[in-house]
Amino acid sequence: MSARPLLTLTGLRAGWDRPVVGPVSLEVHRGEVIGLWGPNGSGKSTLLAAIANGARVFAGTVRRAPQLRLAVQTQQPVRIAPLPLTGRDLLRTAGADVRGVPGSLAAALRRRVDRLSGGQYQLLCVWAALTSGADLVLLDEPTNNLDPDHESLLAEMLSGQIADRAVLLVSHEQAFLERVCSRVIEVG
Amino acid sequence: MSEAILDPLFHLPFATGLLLALVLPLLGTLLMLREEWLAALGLAHLAAAGALLGLAVGMTAPIGGLLAALGGGTAKALLGVRGNAAYAFMILAGWSALLLIAANTAIGDALGHALVEGQLYFAGPVDLGAAILLTFIATLTLPWLLPKLVRARLFPQDETANRLPARRWHLGFDLLAAAGIAVATATLGLMGAFALVFVPAWCAFRIAPGWRWALLIAVILGSGAYLVAFAAALALDQPFGPILVAALLTFAGVARWRP
Repeated sequence: MSARPLLTLTGLRAGWDRPVVGPVSLEVHRGEVIGLWGPNGSGKSTLLAAIANGARVFAGTVRRAPQLRLAVQTQQPVRIAPLPLTGRDLLRTAGADVRGVPGSLAAALRRRVDRLSGGQYQLLCVWAALTSGADLVLLDEPTNNLDPDHESLLAEMLSGQIADRAVLLVSHEQAFLERVCSRVIEVG
Repeated sequence: MSEAILDPLFHLPFATGLLLALVLPLLGTLLMLREEWLAALGLAHLAAAGALLGLAVGMTAPIGGLLAALGGGTAKALLGVRGNAAYAFMILAGWSALLLIAANTAIGDALGHALVEGQLYFAGPVDLGAAILLTFIATLTLPWLLPKLVRARLFPQDETANRLPARRWHLGFDLLAAAGIAVATATLGLMGAFALVFVPAWCAFRIAPGWRWALLIAVILGSGAYLVAFAAALALDQPFGPILVAALLTFAGVARWRP
């Protein structure tokens, strides 16, 4: 773990028309996978949105390392149909690593993304986020649409692609968080 | 028929239309990606109204049309409106203005009609110059715009999260699309311009195996339909615009019902 944090939240309260989460204080360092867990409506996604300049900050601060680059994967990845992009096209668009794609996902590279299953598309988008060169990756419910095999693949991807970056991961699946995260923070 | 097509009188119109048939399908693929394909119809209506208004006040039709379409594209970009709703209002505003200007100026019905149907065979040096300029600008800017716009569509939060100067490429594309449709409306007509933007992209989105293929297929379909329509309209002594639309619809039917 590097000494200088990539991200520092200090007493952050965030929301949309009114605050819905906080106060939250935490530091995120390179090499960490930090899980955010909490019941529905506790503001986990809003917290990620505030870090990504999407939600409003009502109190506290969000301090980013200079030139910090973020990649964001929301609960519902954008799916357009029809869409004549292959998996390879999608990864190239994100500036992601095409060569190192895990074996079971490699077949998706040649197929149009609008013909992939929800789980395959989800994993492809997570891979894009993890290997796009971003320093901090925000993943909101990445286990959505994943069967147990794909969930294991996601866990492998997270452990294999973390050395140069950090991940903030929202999930309501405590077992998954405990499996992949270096620490878990309860929100709400 | 071959004598008519080879007549030097038609060389300039042919070249003008061919350049537009190469550029507009590319614009259409990006508009289809952004689910803003109705832009073509909205901007074409504004351009037609602007062209007629321009003529009424002593400007050339392409200049009037271009100013109106660029105005519409700029307003949409600065207001941050995405999606088809903005273009629906442009259609209504342009249609209303077009008919009112035609009814209340010396230019009259005939020219308004020509703008709707297209007047490719009367295209002159100004129209060719506009098409050449459009092609040049598109050739320079599309390689830069394409990856940014595709990325913005698939990963929309990245621009906000990283505070990217996204307005540059979104406004840039809005203006390029507006200019392309305005130039095309003045020569190909309102529906011909819309069809060249919408139909090749619609087909490509359904049949292309990947993104580069989608761009290539759109250009091939657009230019192919144009060549067929140019020859057929001359041979059959029919207005170009409806023949172009018929050719494109035929291609769309094949794309939809292919085995």
